[in-house]
Amino acid sequence: MLSIVVCVKAVPDLTLADKIRIDPDTKTLTRHDIPLVINPLDRNALEAALVIKENQEAQIIILSMGPPAAGNVVRECLALGADQGILLSDPAFAGADAFATALTLSKAIEKIEQVDSVFCGRASSDGATEWVGPELAIFLGLPVVTMVRKFDITAGNSWRVKADIEDGIRVVEVELPSVFTITHEVNTPRTLSFSGIIKSRKKEITTWGLNDLNVPEDQVGLKGSPTIVSSLTVIDSKRSCEIIEGTQEEKAAILINKLVAAGVL
Amino acid sequence: MNINLAPVWVIAEQVEGVIPPVCYELLGKATELGKELGVPAEVVLLGEVSGEQKEKLFHAGADVLYQVNFPGFDKFQTEISSKIISGLADEIKPQIILIGSTFLGRELAPLVAARLKTGLTAHCIDLVLTEDKILEQWIPAYGGLIAITCPEKRPQIATVARGVFPMPAFEPSNTGQLIQVDKPEDIVSRVKTLEIIKAEPEGVPLEEALTVVAGGAGAGSQEGWKQIEILAQTLNAALGSTRPAVDEGWVELETMIGQSGKMVHPDLYIGVGLSGEQQHMVGIAGAKVMVAINNDPKSPVFQQVDLGIVEDCREFIPILIKKLKEKMVKPGPS
Repeated sequence: MLSIVVCVKAVPDLTLADKIRIDPDTKTLTRHDIPLVINPLDRNALEAALVIKENQEAQIIILSMGPPAAGNVVRECLALGADQGILLSDPAFAGADAFATALTLSKAIEKIEQVDSVFCGRASSDGATEWVGPELAIFLGLPVVTMVRKFDITAGNSWRVKADIEDGIRVVEVELPSVFTITHEVNTPRTLSFSGIIKSRKKEITTWGLNDLNVPEDQVGLKGSPTIVSSLTVIDSKRSCEIIEGTQEEKAAILINKLVAAGVL
Repeated sequence: MNINLAPVWVIAEQVEGVIPPVCYELLGKATELGKELGVPAEVVLLGEVSGEQKEKLFHAGADVLYQVNFPGFDKFQTEISSKIISGLADEIKPQIILIGSTFLGRELAPLVAARLKTGLTAHCIDLVLTEDKILEQWIPAYGGLIAITCPEKRPQIATVARGVFPMPAFEPSNTGQLIQVDKPEDIVSRVKTLEIIKAEPEGVPLEEALTVVAGGAGAGSQEGWKQIEILAQTLNAALGSTRPAVDEGWVELETMIGQSGKMVHPDLYIGVGLSGEQQHMVGIAGAKVMVAINNDPKSPVFQQVDLGIVEDCREFIPILIKKLKEKMVKPGPS
């Protein structure tokens, strides 16, 4: 039976994320308690796994690293149809950059008996880096295909996928086990169903901390992160804005005249 | 090698024989950093390209060009490339590696960083050396900018999009040393690109466009988005987008402007139904005139533009298109 690990990140709710701001005076972050939600692109990754499971025998394991509150996000994935959940949660894991995150996730994946495929969203909405999937592949010694927009063949030991490149696509064949990072083009994620929520109550979430993983403390979290935020600043992108008044027709005409006068139209 | 002479590297990638423009821009920056550090700027070229392109790398300031060549490099080969680059880096010990934020670079960079057990910063919008000669890698975040550094591990690796740094001057008198690197024995790729299918790029490339129309979540629907597309066509402008519009599925990721997307340098920028998020706005450099159309008079976008129109774009854009078309029919002062 095919075993797919879907890596999921709990991120601050995007609609509220602009509440975290750099204070122009203190140059520190203003913090608010923002609820955690599943990283949008990870929903596409989970959906891709669920679609595969509709057509062949497969089990889907959700893997997430985060504070205990990230358990809700794992639970939501189980309600959407994943079979098992693993939450990596330990104060020692806090403050991890992409490198330390990928290393910690790889240590958890090594503990899972059988893994044929690892799915990640293309990027995270909060950090906007795209490194966890490929770095995970290196730590696990697996190949990786990034920016997958279509799974063409998912039977057997050699999968065929389409991935994005500049002005086009590439058709790629890769040997399993492999890591894939997935774009939003791949599918439209399903929404929660009542029966899914009921079924998920019987599903198990395992929590692993530092002592459950074969990794020294100085290789995880902030200590294990090669990169740090060394300073922060505000940018002054202010322009003095003239608001054009009038009826809609007048506004359009005035705008066009001003652009012509400025020599840009 | 003396650590103080550790070079600054640029990876010259290629797909189907063409080195993308961002690699030359990065080489310009690497040459600058190299001068400041008193170290050479070096290029690692993956595969074979025309002699003219190799000459251009020297003219742009490459002191050394390492060329690794065997068939397959032209087909998006990151698994083998990352092994070769990290192997060479173990030997030469560069202090900085710059990689373009192209699709290939974005797959290659994390593979190289993980193999070298070092840090990697995504899509920097500036690179600055501190007094201690550590590379500050600036990225937008939280409505401002943050500097990421990699204080201990080496090399320091960053990806940068096209258009962040200017094209360097190509000096025909600049020369350098070409070093052929042996292909390592016995490397097999488990990932095979069977085919590369290129679509004809539509319209003006964003990075080169003199007029850019960018749309955001305010378009409201695919139909609303269609109007923004028509506005762009009417103005002979390149069409850009924000992440929410891409996430809605209205438009391809490749049109996204901003830190993790494209950098644009238009004369005229028109932002439609977008709020002026930093991630997007840092992608627009040096526009002569910036216009925003948004139905919320309090939207932060109005503080970052020259001309503002407070209207629901779904109503206003069709009117603007109509007026523009009338204007084109009867040229001259209206």
